[in-house]
Amino acid sequence: MKVPLSWLKEFVEIDLSLPELAYRLTMAGLEVEEIRLVGLPMPAEAHEFKIEGLSWDPDKIVVAQIEEVMPHPNADRLVLCRLYDGRETLTVLTGAPNLFPYKGQGPLPKPLKVAYAREGARLYDGHQPGFVLTTLKRTKIRGVESFSMVCSEKELGISEEHEGIIILDDDAPVGMPLVDYMGDAVLEIAILPNMIRAASILGVARELAALTGKPLRQPPLPPFERGASIEGRAAIQITDPDLNPRFVLGLIEGVTPRPSPYWVQRRLRLAGMRPINSVVDATNYVMLMLGEPLHAFDYDVLLTRAGGKPPTIITRPAREGERLTTLDGVERTLEPYMILVTDTAGPLSLAGIMGGLESEVTEATRNVLLEGATWNPINVRRAASALRLSSEAAYRFARGVHPALAPEAVRVCLAYMAAWSGGRVAEGLVDAYPKPPVDPEVHLSEAEVRRWLGVSLRGEEVADLLRRLEFACQVQGETVIARVPPHRLDIGEGVIGKADLIEEIARLYGYDRLPETLPADPLPQQRNQPLLQAEEALRDVLVGLGLQEVVTYRLTSPEREARWLAPAEGDYTPPDYVRLANPIAPERSVMRRSLLAAVLEVAERNARLSERLAFFEIGPVFLPLPGQDLPEEPLRLALVLSGVRHLPAWDRAEPPLADFFDLKGILEEMAEALHVPHWRIEPASYPSLHPGKSAVLYSGERELGYLGEVHPLVKARYDFGPAPVLVAELDATALLSLVPERFEVQGVPVYPPVIEDIAVVVDESVPAAQVESIIRQAGGKMLTRVHLFDVFRGEQIGAGKKSLAYNLTYQAPDHTLTDAEAAQIRQKIIRRLEQTLGARLRS
Amino acid sequence: MDDVLEINELDALQARALQELEAVNDEAALQAWRVAHLGRNAPLMQIFSRLGQLPKEVRPQVGQRANQVKQALEAALEERAAALRAAALRRALESERLDVTLPGRRPELGRLHPTTRTLRRIVHIFAEMGFQVYRSREVESDAYNFELLNMPAHHPARDLWDTFYTTTSGVLLRTHTSPGQIHVMRERAPQPIRVILPGMCYRYEQISARSEIQFNQVEVLAVGRNITFSDLKGTLNTFARRLFGEQARTRLRPSYFPFTEPSAEMDVECFVCGGKGCTVCKGSGWLEILGCGMVHPTVLQNGGYDPEEFGGFAAGMGVERITMLLHRIEDIRYFWANDVRFLSQF
Ligand SMILES: [Zn+2]
Repeated sequence: MKVPLSWLKEFVEIDLSLPELAYRLTMAGLEVEEIRLVGLPMPAEAHEFKIEGLSWDPDKIVVAQIEEVMPHPNADRLVLCRLYDGRETLTVLTGAPNLFPYKGQGPLPKPLKVAYAREGARLYDGHQPGFVLTTLKRTKIRGVESFSMVCSEKELGISEEHEGIIILDDDAPVGMPLVDYMGDAVLEIAILPNMIRAASILGVARELAALTGKPLRQPPLPPFERGASIEGRAAIQITDPDLNPRFVLGLIEGVTPRPSPYWVQRRLRLAGMRPINSVVDATNYVMLMLGEPLHAFDYDVLLTRAGGKPPTIITRPAREGERLTTLDGVERTLEPYMILVTDTAGPLSLAGIMGGLESEVTEATRNVLLEGATWNPINVRRAASALRLSSEAAYRFARGVHPALAPEAVRVCLAYMAAWSGGRVAEGLVDAYPKPPVDPEVHLSEAEVRRWLGVSLRGEEVADLLRRLEFACQVQGETVIARVPPHRLDIGEGVIGKADLIEEIARLYGYDRLPETLPADPLPQQRNQPLLQAEEALRDVLVGLGLQEVVTYRLTSPEREARWLAPAEGDYTPPDYVRLANPIAPERSVMRRSLLAAVLEVAERNARLSERLAFFEIGPVFLPLPGQDLPEEPLRLALVLSGVRHLPAWDRAEPPLADFFDLKGILEEMAEALHVPHWRIEPASYPSLHPGKSAVLYSGERELGYLGEVHPLVKARYDFGPAPVLVAELDATALLSLVPERFEVQGVPVYPPVIEDIAVVVDESVPAAQVESIIRQAGGKMLTRVHLFDVFRGEQIGAGKKSLAYNLTYQAPDHTLTDAEAAQIRQKIIRRLEQTLGARLRS
Repeated sequence: MDDVLEINELDALQARALQELEAVNDEAALQAWRVAHLGRNAPLMQIFSRLGQLPKEVRPQVGQRANQVKQALEAALEERAAALRAAALRRALESERLDVTLPGRRPELGRLHPTTRTLRRIVHIFAEMGFQVYRSREVESDAYNFELLNMPAHHPARDLWDTFYTTTSGVLLRTHTSPGQIHVMRERAPQPIRVILPGMCYRYEQISARSEIQFNQVEVLAVGRNITFSDLKGTLNTFARRLFGEQARTRLRPSYFPFTEPSAEMDVECFVCGGKGCTVCKGSGWLEILGCGMVHPTVLQNGGYDPEEFGGFAAGMGVERITMLLHRIEDIRYFWANDVRFLSQF
């Protein structure tokens, strides 16, 4: 909401500086987003508001009068003005088309009042797009010297208008600094959804009056002529009071729509509206001033439609498929939740949103029927959003306008119409008010104020604060009974009303004055949160293992995920997804099912930026559940590893590439560090992985997820280099649930171990894990460590064979192991390997 | 004169040995010298072996002198050896000198995502005030995201959130973590509550440097019989001072949220310019960091708490926004782009 300061001052005295004013309003919930100076000087004090705009130099920009408009000797599109600026008479050059009608008429009988800028004045350049500051300099235009100018609105920063110059109202005093005559500032105030009552000059003034203690005042109405009574000239029929609680009509006859006085046009522009003509401008002016949107009908059109009889205005829901051409010229197809203003001949306007084309006020209109009504906010909101029609009226009605405003707004508007357009205002109004609301009465005790705000206020203090906002208050003992004033709908009943009042009290008392405490209420029982703790531990472990954490979009598309999910070979049917009804783009149209697909995209994007790619993410995937509206959201862990094992350095130029065992090692270390019980990694196959380089991580019999090298055909779908891409995706929910809250450790051995190496030759097909498991079984408790340190293939051991070399540690907890004992264990191990695997010892 | 003769020989022996020692410059020469002057066949040793043949009267005198010479030579040997060791060490150290300005060999260490870092700080600060993490789902029902939070269908406040809807009617991507308020209240009523609710939220927006379609929010919720607006103020100011520094000034500005009343926005004095106004705070000197307020009676009711008996406060903040302020990040798109050149800086 744009609030011109001059207008606000008509309703309440303001003795604050602009920054002080903005601060008070902001701290009361009327956030001043920006202040635009339209003539007034820039405040000198330090402040924290965005203040822009133009200050008019009082010596250089003044009111002047044009006494004669003369042709330019060398240019048809320029004129010379004889102008008096209060000091002297001079000749000023201009190309303003709105002076051309006066060209060559000799001395004007009624001089034109204009805004005149002398040499050196700081102005906006009227010929450049946007607002560019410039200083008025002496030049020669087509042989005529020019050192000053008459200004357009754009040059003074009032609006974008720069076609013609400003013609001021006749009462403008010649020679007066323009800033004193009409210098202004516009406050851009963000109106909160529950403060629509402040979306008017009166509304802001009322809040300001409550804040500063200055009285609220109503500017006097202009004098106007009265006509015959409205009685019998129009009737109202409301079919559903829930949709239309009140409808008021007023009548003015004999108007002549014309341009409004300049000060009215300027105010409308400063407030962000375009002046149309004096009749339409009056409706907008009063809406901005009082907050009640009004609508003007051409009365004669209604008479004609009613066959010459007085019209009956009927409000009702639209019928399915009914049509209306709104005054923007668009034919609208309506729905039953949209409310119509009709007459006996059919629809006239879309209630609370926009008028119809047929009955709109034109230059030819002579008699005006003026509507001030109240509409159901939900219906207005739905209709405006379905028709994509936003208007100042819809904005206000959709948030709730109190029905008590209507008659006053109609009366005030008719007075301005008469003052600006001529005509006689018919005596009285037609007022249909089938459903007056009961303004709530709220009881609030001192104890309740204390319980909500933590500050002790006496009943009288509370009542005083509320009275400033026009609540009618009674204090009974420790309880305040407050009646909501008849201009606001945001205060509820019962406990909600209490909360609403508490907010008003806190706002006026000042949030900054409230004390600062920590809760004295008992602390709830604190819970153990092992899953959350394990999750953070997992992050730390993975970071420590050299992986970069990433967080990716949860929104993706089936096509993006198919790059990973579709098997290397064979058919692929995309799975069921949580789909968006209104995606911003096709590539963000579903909720992801694969976390790894997202992390692979990250690796791919970074492939050219880093020789070593090592990423992980812990996050949810979204799996639709048959027969249920809401999906399952299990947590996943995804890892991607590719490129060099470690970054090259000055003395290690070509590090080896990471392979399956780097990834496996990370998962092993992770499982160990988190103390995952009975974990093991076993060969397995997965459709998108290399069939010979893939495995599954288990804890006991529970499968936690897969790991492996991406299948070459799958990898070809991505833009990766030649290095293998290693991936893993684990069920993080399951993994974290297995992390024990406590675990036990072994004592440090006291007696020395016996350490020896053995190498066994087995068939190529025998998995190393099986060899180790047999060694461990046979070795028993005394075998405390088995470490594979070499795998060898070669002629010496024969084709189809491999040699596995182990470093074994034997140790007893209670004595020093003898060589004989160690030899016994070794023999047992060798025997078992020979028997089970046909292995032989390699000497 | 015999005695004089032996003594004289010892004196000459000592002088010659010490003189030769001065020329010794390495370990081998030192060993040779030791053999020559202190070895079994050294002249000094021969004097010792001849001692018995000397007359009784001179024997003590010559013996004493021979011992003196032996000690002197041994001491000189030790001193020389030490000097040689020291010189050798010096040479070795000199030859091993590195160019320590060459880069170090860095172990590969990953980094946490910036969002995780900020989230942890926030969670930690609130944990010390007794607020524990509570998580809830991201794909939500309209009821939990809007209706139960005092926003029935067509409520104008719904305009504050641009929402992603799913193709299942009544199911959407949560626009804030507030649905978790209802979940946790329904789970715990009538017990008091102090939780924070972190998590990903979604908004239907065009992606730009300033806005993203997904963002992390942390919501704070306290419910009890005696929770006041002053408690809200104290708790959030404590939080702000711990996150932005002890000297951080804050202010509460009235605002509107459908699920709180009274509602406020909390601003912290711009720590980039100290409140003087800069591009980060857009000239205002203040940075908006969170929205907050007293839990609306309707929300308490929907959560299973009698609003005549219970009160509460709630606050919500954007994790990426706070991260951007803390690290002067100018483009929110960096967060989900996951460019290593960005991530590796944390
Ligand atoms: Zn700043």
